[in-house]
Amino acid sequence: MSAIGVVAPRGTASGIPSGKLAIWWFLASETMTFGGLLGVFVLFRYAAGGWHEPAAHLHVWLAATNTLVLLTSSYTMVRAHAAETAEDRRATQRWLFVTMGLGLAFLAIKAVEYASEWRAGFTPRSSLFWGFYYGLTGLHAAHVLGGVIALVALGIALARGRAWGAVRQRVEYVGLYWHFVDIVWIFLFPLVYLS
Amino acid sequence: MSDVAAAAVHEPALGFWRGYVFSVDHKTIGKQYLAMAMVMALLGGATAYVMRWQLAWPDTAVPLAGWLPEQMAYQGIIDPAFYNQLVTMHGTIMIFFVAMPLLLGAFGNFLVPLMVGAPDMAFPRLNMLSFWTFFVASVVLLTSFVVPAGAASGGWTMYPPLSARASYTGVEWGINLWLIAVALEFASFLMGGINLVVTTINLRAPGLSFFRLPLMVWMELIAAILFLLSVGPLIAGVLMLFLDRVAGASFFVPQEGDPLLWQHLFWFFGHPEVYVLLLPGVGAVLEILPVFSRKPVFGYRPIVWSTIVAGVLSFVVWAHHMFISGIDPRLASPFSVTTILISVPFAIILFAMIATLWRGAISFATPMLWAIGFIATFLIGGLTGIYVGAAALDIYFHDTYFVVAHFHYALFPSVIFGGFAGLYFWYPKMFGRMLSERLGQLHFWLTFVTFNAVFLPMFALGFGGHMRRIADPTAYTFLQPLMPLHRAATWATIALLLSQLPFLVNFLVSLRRGPIAGANPWRAATLEWSAASPPPHGNFAVLPTVYRGPYEYSAPGAPDDVCPQDAPPSTREVRAS
Amino acid sequence: MLGWFPRNISTVGGDVDALFAWITIVAVVWFVLVEGALLWFVLRYRRRPGVRAAHVRGETRAELAWLLVPALVILGLDFAIDAASARVWRRVKIDMPAGEVQLAVTAKQFAWTFGYPGADGVLGTADDINLDAELHVPAGRDVRLVLRSADVLHSFFLPNARIKQDAVPGRAIDVWFNVTEPGTYEVACAELCGFGHTTMKATLFVHTPEEFAAWMASHAGGQPG
Ligand code: HEA
Ligand code: HEA
Ligand code: CUA
Ligand SMILES: [Cu+2]
Repeated sequence: MSAIGVVAPRGTASGIPSGKLAIWWFLASETMTFGGLLGVFVLFRYAAGGWHEPAAHLHVWLAATNTLVLLTSSYTMVRAHAAETAEDRRATQRWLFVTMGLGLAFLAIKAVEYASEWRAGFTPRSSLFWGFYYGLTGLHAAHVLGGVIALVALGIALARGRAWGAVRQRVEYVGLYWHFVDIVWIFLFPLVYLS
Repeated sequence: MSDVAAAAVHEPALGFWRGYVFSVDHKTIGKQYLAMAMVMALLGGATAYVMRWQLAWPDTAVPLAGWLPEQMAYQGIIDPAFYNQLVTMHGTIMIFFVAMPLLLGAFGNFLVPLMVGAPDMAFPRLNMLSFWTFFVASVVLLTSFVVPAGAASGGWTMYPPLSARASYTGVEWGINLWLIAVALEFASFLMGGINLVVTTINLRAPGLSFFRLPLMVWMELIAAILFLLSVGPLIAGVLMLFLDRVAGASFFVPQEGDPLLWQHLFWFFGHPEVYVLLLPGVGAVLEILPVFSRKPVFGYRPIVWSTIVAGVLSFVVWAHHMFISGIDPRLASPFSVTTILISVPFAIILFAMIATLWRGAISFATPMLWAIGFIATFLIGGLTGIYVGAAALDIYFHDTYFVVAHFHYALFPSVIFGGFAGLYFWYPKMFGRMLSERLGQLHFWLTFVTFNAVFLPMFALGFGGHMRRIADPTAYTFLQPLMPLHRAATWATIALLLSQLPFLVNFLVSLRRGPIAGANPWRAATLEWSAASPPPHGNFAVLPTVYRGPYEYSAPGAPDDVCPQDAPPSTREVRAS
Repeated sequence: MLGWFPRNISTVGGDVDALFAWITIVAVVWFVLVEGALLWFVLRYRRRPGVRAAHVRGETRAELAWLLVPALVILGLDFAIDAASARVWRRVKIDMPAGEVQLAVTAKQFAWTFGYPGADGVLGTADDINLDAELHVPAGRDVRLVLRSADVLHSFFLPNARIKQDAVPGRAIDVWFNVTEPGTYEVACAELCGFGHTTMKATLFVHTPEEFAAWMASHAGGQPG
């Protein structure tokens, strides 16, 4: 940075790095978003007596596969973080790459699922259940996409040989976000698919 | 703007685009928010003027509005559908595009880093991104005025099913754009809010413990946290409403969906939001009172704790907007209890403000007038909140002008009085020059008188049972006797709008011509006053160290009646402690 | 201030107005106290040459009492207001009498339709009489309404009776009132419902019981509810 560009303040009066603090507050707000949406879904499902009929049209196996994919990606994310702690730059890069690949796989499977439902005539218009289905899983998928983009940005920074110190912390932050998105799915999957 | 010129003195190397447009400096970003808020305030005022005219002299041509396209007004005569758009856009503009950018955007950005002794916000680039997101949101909102069928018309609360199907309003794109604009605005203030919170927690100067923070910083912090924690469910709600509109989903439309769900999501956010709009104004007043009475704030800690208690309570009162919406009537009285309970912490805060004046040495510079005016008028807004908080009385007052009067008496003091208090107080720090006292005092007195003249009559309209959001009161016989009040309020509105001219002149002329301010023109103790006016990029020549609380005025035995937070302790003080 | 209110004609309206009066007394007392203190301090403690401000932080116990004792008083008043409000609310919105007259109200953009039981005296049957924009009720009798909406939100508002209730599509909401003074009054829509919101009104005809019986007979040959 030039002397007159960003004056990046570095201090941390609380002892927690600023980036981490920011991620935690962001996730707190996100929790309210997903919490609100899932809570409303549960209330409606209860009021409607379970929605077993429409839920039976869902591709539980695709979703179960996706659960596995996402859980695995959380594991690879943990490995990336571990590699980062061990100062192993190459391994970090590798594990991040795998995580990103799994994220893309999740999105691909999701796209197959959507296409199939849509072709079968189930759209948000069909009923309230389908509105929730597309709304909830769509918002979640958008978050996965956001995570993939963050991983790509991180990968580019690493590949370009940006100073290791500057990138290291970001591995942890993206990791926190990634785990959060994973946890949301852990709630979403049984609530939506396993009615 | 000529702050461009003023700042250029400090930043010769940055060039126009990086210096003033895509700047990452929190002070420039704060000023950008301020400029946006002022422009939007003029628009909010213009919509108010057109509405007021229509209410006082229904179906007569609004002076100066003849140029409006026919879809809105035929030869200046307001169409009822356009009236609904005006109400909606007036509320939306004032809350989301004036109050938020002014109180959190401008004050939060400009002041918090300076007051905690930091060189900038924790994330300068995120800060720039949040401003430009806000800018796009504003453009989207304004675009909705000119799309076919016009702007959103569901009220600023956008209740479905009216808002959920285009056929109910005839407005197709207007409401879609409204939803997009509001979503962008939320994204912007999420980024900005996180930045404010992290900056406050992490970038405090050495020695600046939480209980030495200026109260303005506390208020911005708590406001930002309230926003962060309350907006999530409404983001979900906006997404659902958007799906209802564009994908034909039915979250808020029977048979399957539930219209009341939106109201829960909206007000779960909406009530904390009104405190988001209140607290920064309270903070500005609490900075100004000690400076112009040369006394410490009375009861610093009780104020902080009261604010936190009010903040927590604000999450459990939302159904007071829904007493007669069709929710289970057994829920009403419990929500009345939580609602009315909030009077306790706010009473403590108001009493502490007044006790700060007690035995002071008060001078009446313009910022102080606005601060006192805030206390005098907000009290009315607060007390009338109790009327509508009592569920049984709200049966009668709900959706009448009593509510309109209540919330203007709450919002106008916190946003406009608090905003002007802060602006007159920190203008020297922002632009390095003093405003004219004479014009400032004139502006205050004119605004104070005309503001009351606009909104006091509205209480009486509410007593008369006058519904809000109706375009033509003469449609009802029982409202006929109230027409003189409408006319009085409209004349007063015109006077109120004209009363802003001294301010605009003062603001613009002083940018160039005002006397040079110097670092600390008010002889105040908080950190922002030990930076130059305006502060250079990076703020402080040497990052300050803090030795004491923010309001050390007239300490016994001290030679001077102010002891800045970063002045090293004298030998005597060291011995005493 | 009560002078501005439209004339009260219902049995519960007096309770609502009394609640208004009682809150007003509390509010005016505090208003005068607070504005008085503000004005007094502002005038009394103007800056004078040579007089230095006192250094009071308001953090000692004695000083805190100035904040906390009034706060306790306010807490007490809060509960008193809560109790008064809850009592009136219960009467208007919870403990509903069975009703000597049963009517159905349907709101739609932008009109009110009132349904009266026909000759069989039962609502919701084929011989119901539906009238647009005219609400006929007998004076001094408990009237029960079932409120529905065909499209968007509306709000059924009787200013003179201090009655208001939103109509929500997909729900049937109970309302009751008992109006005592024969005459004609206005019914308004109090919830923004579209471009015709302003003009979505109806007329309330309060008849003497005899007149009402005659009116019902002339319209349906039936007996009142
Ligand atoms: C800055 C904004 C702001 C603030 C601070 C407040 C503060 C309060 N508001 Fe208000 N309110 C709005 C903005 C605000 N409001 C808006 C915008 C709406 C309408 C939205 C819409 O529908 O469009 C609204 C609507 C609204 C309603 C719904 C009315 C209806 O639609 O029917 C209610 C009901 O309870 C309410 C209550 C309160 C209460 C109890 C407070 C309390 O916080 C006030 C507490 C303060 C005091 C009480 C004063 C200090 C105390 C004393 C001096 C002690 C003496 C007091 C007693 C003994 C009680 N408000
Ligand atoms: C902060 C919020 C705010 C402010 C300041 C105002 C200001 C005004 N408002 Fe209102 N108003 C609302 C928020 C606000 N309003 C909301 C939320 C609603 C509900 C909408 C709905 O029902 O959906 C509403 C509704 C509303 C109605 C009800 C309409 C109806 O129900 O049919 C009316 C009617 O008279 C009205 C009038 C006015 C008038 C005359 C002003 C005047 O005070 C305007 C005077 C002009 C100014 C105050 C601008 C001047 C300032 C500058 C030029 C400089 C800028 C300086 C700085 C930024 C520091 N407003
Ligand atoms: Cu129906 Cu307003
Ligand atoms: Cu509220």
